[in-house]
Amino acid sequence: MAHEIVILGGGTGGTMMANRLRRRYDPGEATITVVDKDDRHVYQPGLLFVPFRLADVGEIVRPRHRQLHGGVEFRQADVDRVVLDEDRVHLADGTVLPYDVLIVATGVTLQPEETEGLTGPGWRERMFTFYDVPGAEQLARALDGFNGGRLVVNLVDMPIKCPVAPLEFAFLADSYFTERGIRDRVELSYVTPLDGAFTKPVASDRLGGLLAEKGIDLVTEFAVGAADGEGGRLVSWDERVVPFDLLVTVPLHGGAPYVERSEGLGDELGFVPTDPSTLQSQARPNVFALGDATNVPISKAGSVTHFEGEALTENVVRFLAGQELSASYDGHANCFIETGFGKALLIDFNYETEPLPGRFPTGIGPLPLLKESRLNHLGKLMFQWLYWHALLPGRDIPGISPAMSTSGKERQPEPV
Amino acid sequence: MATIEIAGVAVERDPEGFLVHTGQWTPEIAAEIAGESGISELTPRHWRAVEFMRERYLTTGTAPSIRSLGKESGVPIKELYQLFPKGPAKLAAKIGGIPKPRGCI
Repeated sequence: MAHEIVILGGGTGGTMMANRLRRRYDPGEATITVVDKDDRHVYQPGLLFVPFRLADVGEIVRPRHRQLHGGVEFRQADVDRVVLDEDRVHLADGTVLPYDVLIVATGVTLQPEETEGLTGPGWRERMFTFYDVPGAEQLARALDGFNGGRLVVNLVDMPIKCPVAPLEFAFLADSYFTERGIRDRVELSYVTPLDGAFTKPVASDRLGGLLAEKGIDLVTEFAVGAADGEGGRLVSWDERVVPFDLLVTVPLHGGAPYVERSEGLGDELGFVPTDPSTLQSQARPNVFALGDATNVPISKAGSVTHFEGEALTENVVRFLAGQELSASYDGHANCFIETGFGKALLIDFNYETEPLPGRFPTGIGPLPLLKESRLNHLGKLMFQWLYWHALLPGRDIPGISPAMSTSGKERQPEPV
Repeated sequence: MATIEIAGVAVERDPEGFLVHTGQWTPEIAAEIAGESGISELTPRHWRAVEFMRERYLTTGTAPSIRSLGKESGVPIKELYQLFPKGPAKLAAKIGGIPKPRGCI
């Protein structure tokens, strides 16, 4: 009998897994079903550009079902819950999908309502997020009408998708106001709960230095307890205050709502406890997870999902054949960081190696690591094409391997 | 890495003051570290958070984040900030003798 593979989520991870597995199995060997609540696949890195009118929503949204190979069934439905003991997914429309292998790829859910006051007066009027399509579009209109004052860029708490995105927003805002000729009338602040600009020391120093060069005030260890849209104030748990005229925040993240309704599947934040190197869930041997939905200790980012997908495809095949899983995912992540004025940085890292300066993909480049360059910016723009035409269809991207390479990275002296 | 004597025991601590070996921890060491960090007395509410951190770390291998601490320990986040000024998760981990919670990146 054919294996039944059910994939929850038709985003980056789910789409890529469906397409890769479809190529590994003939339709007689396995049925593959992808479930998602809507049919809009968003190229999420593009959301960063929408507020500055550097990208249009029309270019970054495509139908989900069109990204799936023939022979993959797409079901548009909400997931009610997964019943692990029965190997079944219950959909909100009453349908029950039995599975031999379940892949959780439902990403994260934004939870602005978890922060006191954030969805109260002023939400989406002077307090915005660019982490969803409506938010990015509303912010574009708000920026059009912003002619000076305090703009605060904030993340409420980790984990968030693409932890560099709020920094990129701050850099692009500096560039945007400069080009509009009003930079001297705008006070830019970057307010973070971390103790520096970023989580890893070498990158944090470089990025903190860039913020300073661009005249962006860095406020650290500021854990937002409440947002006051009427008074224009962010208040931390330890009662410090940051005033704003316009707030651009990244709200708290949690897993998809059905994860909480599925006994034994997720942790208290709705993320799926997952083995960091095999990507098998801790819930059941036949349940796997990838991308933003997991709790693995690496960035929630499309590049991570991409590298995980290569390792996970192999493990699903091994699992269904009764073989031992391969512990092959090393936590590889790779991100372009827009720094404004047509330039970008590149970082490449994994569970063990923090982002370091050097060259990528090898010592001869061509892309510089942790250093601003025009070429990195072009790389970021080109990536959108690769996303739709290589990554989602499940093709390998030439020259970029799922395992991180240390070639080209400059080791830093050990801290004393 | 520095080896120093706290509460009569020679313990190894990392540059930020976290214990290197969780097994060396004792409640007396906890009280000493708390004192260094400006907490003169560990009340039952402090202990509730510290013990939750330790138990979670010892069973799962990861120290919980402030959000998990606030959701699950029975001590709300607001109060955690009053008990452990600045960074409750970090400070409660240090006092509990477990590694610094990894800021997931």
